[in-house]
Amino acid sequence: MGSVTSIPSPAISADDRSHEVDHPSSQVAHFGADQPLRLDCGIDLTPFQIAYQTYGELNADRSNAILICHALTGDQHVANVHPVTGKPGWWETLVGPGRPLDPQHYFIICANVIGGCMGSTGPASINPATGKVWGLDFPVITIPDMVRAQAMLIDRLGIDTLFAVVGGSMGGMQVLQWTAAYPSRVFSALAIACSTRHSAQNIAFHELGRQAVMADPDWHNGGYADRGIHPHRGLAVARMAAHITYLSDAALHRKFGRRMQDRELPTFSFDADFQVESYLRYQGSSFVERFDANAYLYLTRAMDYFDIAADHGGVLAKAFAGIKTRFCVVSFTSDWLFPTSESRALVHALNASSARVSFAEIETDRGHDAFLLDVPEFFDISRAFLHSAGKARGLTSRDG
Amino acid sequence: MSVQEVLPLNGVATGQAGQFRADHLLVAEMVKPGSKVLDVGCGDGDLLQLLETRGIDGRGIELSREGVNRCVAKGLAVVQGDADTDLVNYPDDAFDYVILSQTLQATRQPRVVLENLLRIGRHAIVSFPNFGFWKMRLQLLIGGHMPRTENLPATWYDTANIHFCTIKDFVQLCDEINVKMERSVALDLYGRPVPLNLPWWVWNMFGEQGVFLLSRGGGK
Repeated sequence: MGSVTSIPSPAISADDRSHEVDHPSSQVAHFGADQPLRLDCGIDLTPFQIAYQTYGELNADRSNAILICHALTGDQHVANVHPVTGKPGWWETLVGPGRPLDPQHYFIICANVIGGCMGSTGPASINPATGKVWGLDFPVITIPDMVRAQAMLIDRLGIDTLFAVVGGSMGGMQVLQWTAAYPSRVFSALAIACSTRHSAQNIAFHELGRQAVMADPDWHNGGYADRGIHPHRGLAVARMAAHITYLSDAALHRKFGRRMQDRELPTFSFDADFQVESYLRYQGSSFVERFDANAYLYLTRAMDYFDIAADHGGVLAKAFAGIKTRFCVVSFTSDWLFPTSESRALVHALNASSARVSFAEIETDRGHDAFLLDVPEFFDISRAFLHSAGKARGLTSRDG
Repeated sequence: MSVQEVLPLNGVATGQAGQFRADHLLVAEMVKPGSKVLDVGCGDGDLLQLLETRGIDGRGIELSREGVNRCVAKGLAVVQGDADTDLVNYPDDAFDYVILSQTLQATRQPRVVLENLLRIGRHAIVSFPNFGFWKMRLQLLIGGHMPRTENLPATWYDTANIHFCTIKDFVQLCDEINVKMERSVALDLYGRPVPLNLPWWVWNMFGEQGVFLLSRGGGK
């Protein structure tokens, strides 16, 4: 009975995953002792590295660069086959030839965030001071820390002003942080399904996920790597709980309803009788193949700490005072994790700053995850926003 | 009130004239090129697009989600919002002009909205259907039913227009809240300005809609 009631073990070994941590299958920028990353917690992180992907070519006047900021469990593999899972890039719906973010027109950059586990320095990386995995010795990082590291990468790439910064969810938080911290370096900002601060409910869900990880006996107070194990059960439960928040009641009902999984009748056991159970278990087990448990703790924490207004005397509009950046804010009707009301508060603050802002709420029953899915109205809006910004920027692309 | 001369629609190419609404062309002509404009109730963004062709930095607010999304898909800076509740979020003097085109009669508090327009903008341009138009009067007088026209086809029970007024009513409101009328134009059923040398009551009778350029009055 035990085997059917639990989440299946990952098919990919910890070795495959940890290889990507220090030797990513993408470009890497190394920052030595002369270029430490000053963290909000007061620590200088050095040395560190940022793993990133690029698509397309930087034009002669370096004006067509778009930075994509990935979400909590995303990475730099936006539009290429993922080196661990072998699956397509996570945003190939939006990025690619003929898509709104077309590499034929734009130089598209995406970097794994600091604190992540796909090649940028994080808790799963080797601490050069000890020769061992950082684990919980890694300093706690914030969304502004992630953006500061990205700015150093953009400097390294010789780009002064980004044509656009684009991201959803935690990526959207980074977009907003970019505009608040470096307004003159961001020509346009596309912030999707996000917020200027993490809500109490969202912090609560993250705490649930972290407690699930920490309750796994294999976690060993964050020191599992030295023992050659991984708290995959706790991390899978965290992922299952989080995944529910990315969907909606209507989407779950439409996709699964109360349908049974490969059976006609209940088994009167705790086996995955329902399709929705089977689906969640799959989501949990496939996630742990590619993600580090400690990185999950650090990145959820970074989101929890995010509050742009708090960094500006409690007045959100002050964060954007006098900003010239062109904004497009997008929310989805069934997103209850980052509901439209959060986007509306952002838009009000941008209006109060007289910023140029477009705001569209898109009708869909697919919940927070809608930003990753095939939603034509969202693509039309993204394409038109970038096209209009491109005209203002003097980009000569045909339809980009 | 001061009624200035109706000027020809300078700067609007003849080719454009056909594709844009008459009241939009008139509004566009009232806006100085290079200024910053907020269009409240911008619908599908037709007026904003016309303004953009004249080098005007235009923003919009629209109530309907479909309207907003069509505007944003045209690359316009439009947000979903409600004239009655969302204008308070804008700071004083944020715009050179705030436009309320064929929307005043659909707001819950037209007076508060009008006051907000002239707080946010140094000028306001307001256009609305004139309920004093002779066809309206005739339908009520002879037909004995609530008026319906080509431009206002909705029945009384499903119309969004809850605060109809006549040109005369609007002028009175402007006087009451100390709003200066810099320019007033009445358009007839075919979008042509009603000749200026006719008395005021003729405007109120033959104007199918009124278009007003407003500014803040001096202190009373």
